[in-house]
Amino acid sequence: MIGLLGDFELAEEAAQEAFAIAAERWARDGAPESPGAWLVTVGRNRAINRIRRDRTLAQKLPLLAELTPVAGGGVCHGDLDSGEGEGKTAGETVGDEAFGDERLELIFTCCHPALSIDAQVALTLRTLGGLSTDEIARAFLVSEPTMAQRLVRAKRKIKAAGIPFRVPPDHLLADRFAAVLAVVYLIFNEGYSAQPTRRELVDEAVRLGRALVELMAGEPEAHGLLALMLLQDSRRDARFRDGEIVLLSDQDRSLWDAAQISEGRAVLDRTLALCSGGGRGDAAAAATGMPGPYVLQAAIACLHTEEPRDWPQIIALYGELAPLMDSPVVELNRAIAVAEHHGPQAGLAILERLPLEDIHYLHSTRAELLRRLGRNKQARHAYSRALELVSDDAERRLLERRLAELGG
Amino acid sequence: MKFMLLIHQGDTPTPRDPQAWATLSEEQQQAVFADYKAINMTPGVTPGVGMESPEMATTVRVKDGKTLTTDGPFAEMKEALGGYLLYEADDLDAAIELAARIPAARLGGAVEVRPIVQW
Repeated sequence: MIGLLGDFELAEEAAQEAFAIAAERWARDGAPESPGAWLVTVGRNRAINRIRRDRTLAQKLPLLAELTPVAGGGVCHGDLDSGEGEGKTAGETVGDEAFGDERLELIFTCCHPALSIDAQVALTLRTLGGLSTDEIARAFLVSEPTMAQRLVRAKRKIKAAGIPFRVPPDHLLADRFAAVLAVVYLIFNEGYSAQPTRRELVDEAVRLGRALVELMAGEPEAHGLLALMLLQDSRRDARFRDGEIVLLSDQDRSLWDAAQISEGRAVLDRTLALCSGGGRGDAAAAATGMPGPYVLQAAIACLHTEEPRDWPQIIALYGELAPLMDSPVVELNRAIAVAEHHGPQAGLAILERLPLEDIHYLHSTRAELLRRLGRNKQARHAYSRALELVSDDAERRLLERRLAELGG
Repeated sequence: MKFMLLIHQGDTPTPRDPQAWATLSEEQQQAVFADYKAINMTPGVTPGVGMESPEMATTVRVKDGKTLTTDGPFAEMKEALGGYLLYEADDLDAAIELAARIPAARLGGAVEVRPIVQW
């Protein structure tokens, strides 16, 4: 390892870390096939992370100082309606060039929890994104006057209710930043899960994600969200075939956007380096060095782009994600990974415990695992149940085909 | 700016209802008193007046010039107003933080923050 790294001290430290990780992981998951090689790989990765972390920190320090908000920053609602009349929004008066650093204050204001989530989304798209009121209205399937009114009302509330125009102070920052990330990811999903995909929303979300990375460079979760969106969206062309959804393992990898995957990976690498350094404002990450939910989801998405897939690692990451998300859907995803690694029976055992009776994913997953076990009658029953609950047409077509293949 | 904090006490325990009040531990009871005291002493706060419980309320309506009264509060009992205070603060965030410290907010009630119109 010293030869590999060319640095004795670093190598020693890395080896120690690798052994520590091995002691924990091998006890849990059993020893790998070639323990020596495993140790060298883990040690090398740790060392690279360390080098990267030091380098990143050195780069980020001046940036952080620049971005640290003045405590108790003033209330300047004037900026939000300094335009002429209601037709103008803050986004038009606060341009990138003129008020570059005010974009951050603006996004925190737009995503203030005192506004409804619909208003947060609309305001963020209107003032920070590049969409017109009409385009936002179309993306959310409401009429233009409705959307215009939503925006006017939201802006009026910002002013009348005293929503501050500032980056929140430290004791509020973690919660508020989580709200900002949620709005951006919601915009992404509105676009990504629609069929056909609403490209304008996906592109806006990615653009906002890039802005957040630029503005909150010390926050691992900002990088995590950008990486997650890039990696998910890289599979856009492979997700549907003849109007039917294509499961990840059946997707034609040549249709994946390789450039975007490598960008997503690069962003993720930076994130992981930041995580080990601890982010500003993200209390959980700073206290424990633990990655947050977006970083974990991005890491999982990244592992899914590799072949063969590292199922034990994917299972472990879902295990870390579950307590952060407090959602049985994460457990459902873990069950799928467990089924890939330990067999369908083990996956089914997890599914039995999940309170997701009304969610079609539970039944479609059960059906798939039962099918693999050759328990066709039960599989048919589960597919039928999933079909009763599913609302998306592309998913319905896949379920119908599977059911037909079972001779149901 | 100035905010009105409307405390929707509802059916959260108060000393006026000994049975409900007894559902709180001694520690919780002490915390309720201590919190209200600290809130009333917070700079910018003008404490409201104490009100009898919503059961003591009489609701008044006028229809065709005739005064109609009903027993009880206008809102549902569990949403009824229990008190209020005024708060002079920099912005909504400060008002939200104060509201979150009001015991009723964590005991099943809620606090509504309303900006006061400046004429």
